[in-house]
Amino acid sequence: MVPSFLERLQQGQTLLSDGAMGTELQKRGLNTDDCPEEFNLAHPEIVQSIYSDYFAAGSDIVETNSFGGNRERLSQYGKETEVTLFNRKAAELARAVCPQGHFVAGSIGPTGAMLEPMGTLAIQIAYDFFKEQAEALAEGGVHLFYVETMMAVEEAEIAVRAVKESTGLPVVGSMTFDLAGDSVRTSWGVDIPTMVQRLSDAGADILGANCGNGVEVVLRAMQEMRPITSLPLMAQPNAGLPEIKDSFIVYPETPESFEEKMKAVLAVGIGILGGCCGSGPEHIRHLRHLINHNKKGSDD
Amino acid sequence: MTEQLLQYLAECIERGKVNQQAAYPPDLSGRPGASEVTRELLDNGTAPNHILARALMVGMERIGEKFGSGQAFIPDLLIASKAMYAAMDHLKPYFESGAAQHKGTIILGTVAGDRHDIGKNLLRMVMEGNGWKAVDLGTNVSAEQFLAALQEHPDSLVGLSALLTTTMLNMERITKAIKAQSPQTQIFVGGAPLSQAFNDKIGADGYFPSPQDLVAHLETS
Repeated sequence: MVPSFLERLQQGQTLLSDGAMGTELQKRGLNTDDCPEEFNLAHPEIVQSIYSDYFAAGSDIVETNSFGGNRERLSQYGKETEVTLFNRKAAELARAVCPQGHFVAGSIGPTGAMLEPMGTLAIQIAYDFFKEQAEALAEGGVHLFYVETMMAVEEAEIAVRAVKESTGLPVVGSMTFDLAGDSVRTSWGVDIPTMVQRLSDAGADILGANCGNGVEVVLRAMQEMRPITSLPLMAQPNAGLPEIKDSFIVYPETPESFEEKMKAVLAVGIGILGGCCGSGPEHIRHLRHLINHNKKGSDD
Repeated sequence: MTEQLLQYLAECIERGKVNQQAAYPPDLSGRPGASEVTRELLDNGTAPNHILARALMVGMERIGEKFGSGQAFIPDLLIASKAMYAAMDHLKPYFESGAAQHKGTIILGTVAGDRHDIGKNLLRMVMEGNGWKAVDLGTNVSAEQFLAALQEHPDSLVGLSALLTTTMLNMERITKAIKAQSPQTQIFVGGAPLSQAFNDKIGADGYFPSPQDLVAHLETS
């Protein structure tokens, strides 16, 4: 029998995820004023070409174009009634090009609003927003979920719970960390032990760090997580801090330097490896090489 | 007595004690907060500028410094801002009547394509807490909107915010548009994906990792 997604992680395999969606969409025509999730309907061929490119580059898992697909974020574009349509389509487009034995992960990002009592978004409403998005992605056929780029632990745990309770599918709980002085924290001040405890309790199957200011911070986050949890880990850093070159945003990590730096991350013991902003199919091809090489090394 | 009240008000701002009813922070539960203390100071004849300089700015500076050095985080700044605005509500009539003076004006906005407002709001609050007037244009602000605001408030500074790596480029366009029409206008940029190198590249006048750093820069320049 073919092992399931979670079984493969439990066997100690490292699965390769994808690179960025947002920066790839921009390369292929998304303007900064456009709603990225609307592209699933307006330009399905562009979205699908990104999925296909990542699978071709060696990704075992590709993420849906649905990061900002919750009701709160879509309302900023006046598209709050399209949650189900945009998300289902994001998943269907990915499933249509997903090879056998590979996976589609439903991407769920923050609402962008602040929860009560600091802000105005009620906990129950946030829960309902994440549930609505997760159900649509599940309808479209995702195999698992990434709750990602979270900064407030309350919002991360609500999202994880909503996904878990409404779909029962495997879920990654991933937050974005920075260095505060010498301590690894989110910009909300959440440290690694707090994140590990609360997202594990909320039902996350995998814990992770994504986005942020580069590979080094994600490495530190993984080193702090590894000794205090038995759950598989996910590491998806940005390709460094963006710079401008000839009126284009460029990221300092080349596919080669990214591969080199990710060696140390992989060595911590990682279940899902990938990239975030600024990493493209070529970065993923290099990570494929790294994982394959690493596997051979450990078989010897 | 006034001195003690000013010191306590600074503590209310720094720690985010909004008013007497506020449950946060727990150890100040039941005690007066920023709102009541500010009212009391005004009622006993303390000058609004004095309250601003000796309490609000002191509290904001302390929390701003902690934020800059990684000992305080966004929620701490937000709760401090609630306390500061509770105090400012009592001071505003004096500033609006011209009885008290601002240090200057800053026009603020999150750049076109980006709808994140937290960073921009934090800067606004720290600037206002330090005696500046803020003209807040909100989020998703175009170059034209910044230029129109500059026409209305010609001697202002401009603060541009962005959170997304995908909208940073709009900062360059807006900076160039403003500098083309108004070369002397100082433009400052901030946001998670930014750096001083990025600032230099787009021709802005400074990147600061925290609002307090910008305030400190303006104090010394």
